[in-house]
Amino acid sequence: MQSPRPSGLKSLGSTTGRFRRWWNHGDLPFRAAIALAGILVLVIVLAIGRELWAHSILPREKFGLAFLTTSTWDPVRQQFGALPFIIGTIETSVLALIMAIPAGIGVAIFLAELAPDWLRAPLGTLIELLAAVPSVVFGLWGLFVFIPDVVKPLGNTLHSAFSFVPLFDGPVYGPSRLAASMILAIMILPTITAVTRDVFLALPRTQSEAAFALGATRWEMIARVLVPQSLSGILGAVILGLGRALGETIAVTMVIGNNPDLSASLLHPGYTMASLIANEFSEATNETYVQALIEIGLVLFVITLLLNMIARLLVWRVARRFTGGTA
Amino acid sequence: MQVRGLNFYYGNVRAITDVNLDVPEHRIVAIIGPSGCGKSTLLRTLNRMSDFVRRSRMDGEVLLDGENIYGTTVDVVDVRRRVGMVFQRPNPFPKSIYENVAFGPRMLGIRNRGDLDGIVERSLRGAALWNEVCDKLKESGLALSGGQQQRLCIARAIAMEPEVILMDEPASALDPVATSKIEDLMRELRESYSIVIVTHNMQQAMRISDDTAFMNVNSQRSGHIVEVGPTKRIFTDPQQKETEDYITGRFG
Repeated sequence: MQSPRPSGLKSLGSTTGRFRRWWNHGDLPFRAAIALAGILVLVIVLAIGRELWAHSILPREKFGLAFLTTSTWDPVRQQFGALPFIIGTIETSVLALIMAIPAGIGVAIFLAELAPDWLRAPLGTLIELLAAVPSVVFGLWGLFVFIPDVVKPLGNTLHSAFSFVPLFDGPVYGPSRLAASMILAIMILPTITAVTRDVFLALPRTQSEAAFALGATRWEMIARVLVPQSLSGILGAVILGLGRALGETIAVTMVIGNNPDLSASLLHPGYTMASLIANEFSEATNETYVQALIEIGLVLFVITLLLNMIARLLVWRVARRFTGGTA
Repeated sequence: MQVRGLNFYYGNVRAITDVNLDVPEHRIVAIIGPSGCGKSTLLRTLNRMSDFVRRSRMDGEVLLDGENIYGTTVDVVDVRRRVGMVFQRPNPFPKSIYENVAFGPRMLGIRNRGDLDGIVERSLRGAALWNEVCDKLKESGLALSGGQQQRLCIARAIAMEPEVILMDEPASALDPVATSKIEDLMRELRESYSIVIVTHNMQQAMRISDDTAFMNVNSQRSGHIVEVGPTKRIFTDPQQKETEDYITGRFG
């Protein structure tokens, strides 16, 4: 068979040759596939937002902003106010973060810097396994083991010691916001730990050496170099944990008590947006009720987006402050 | 500072064999030799940065003011504060120029702003960097050029007022102009400190050092000092054939 081109080299200069080379190397198909994937992500997010918006038109028109600020949720009288659920979601998630962040960073420091070699890999794997436990199992264990054995006694102690603080008002319930927060903390701990550990391990050796050569103790190296330089990565880990906490449904539903209680007490039952949707979607029989639940979904979606954006902004500012342009 | 009978092992491999070396005050000692002969390893035993090498051990003594820095009662943190180190690649912290220099003093518990300001200025002047950065102390150390970053690292080291400064090929990542600035600086630093420099660059050793130690690997691939003496004599009248071969470029 005769080649249409006498010389391979010459063909590189011709238009068809150049196109062929470009095509053969896969630049065009690759670029197209990647662009498509990127656009798809945007389209999906926008489509979810649009659908939630479009299918919640009835309660939005009927209640307006009052949907967010009132606390009566009465499907029989067609009154829908989401405030207790919004507060419940944010309160449990933030409390879970407050508990999980120090623990997660501590474990990550141990894994990355202090643990003996033989312990690092097994412990790291165990923590990653914790993230793979299905959330319904966490819920079940929370309800039958963790609440009676840990949360209830802890609640009693807190109440008897700090009963003057509204946060620890009685009576002490088992299923409560405290229980939900603690279960959430345990569930997001592996995420925060694993990501933070990887961030710590990515610290260039030259940086820790610089600190040690100046006479830093291990603690000083960790506190003055490792953690400050890993801040943006730690924030990323926290965002991931927060995302999981905000949306976590079944485990929270099983341990929070599902009562739209507006008291400040952590020892009382609460209710979250995700739990509400899970509990009521099957019994929502009329259009306004269904759409009210969809609007709850919209609110949860927007809160998640907003918190993510705020956290991204933080990461970006911190990163800029520390690297000073060139890095 | 004196090194006496020092052996260093990675696992079962003896990387350095029986090194004896004197670092007199206010002198620059250069350690030269081919790649892999243990120059950097030797340097790192002098401030116990070698402690971080896994499965390594050493025997012998490194005396600082007559005291063995590997002695059981010695605080390694204290050793590193008295023996500063500058690395091959500039490694400033991603902090401001000021905070880079103030890093060590802050660890010593110096909080007073005036004291810190004084130390920072003195150290930056000592590292011949003050005039270039005095109006931008709040800017990131990483925004400086490579040569400036290395002088910042020197300033950071001398802020601790060490007795000895160790330099591990401090100019090998720099261009010739930046290199000559570092060399000028080293001659000034000699007034106040003892300096040990590891270098690949024999011209550099010749230009700046008072004494030179030539290291080589022996038949067991272990590093040892072949010859040590005043730089002028090592380069003009080496006593050993190996040294002569190396400095005349016949190998290495």
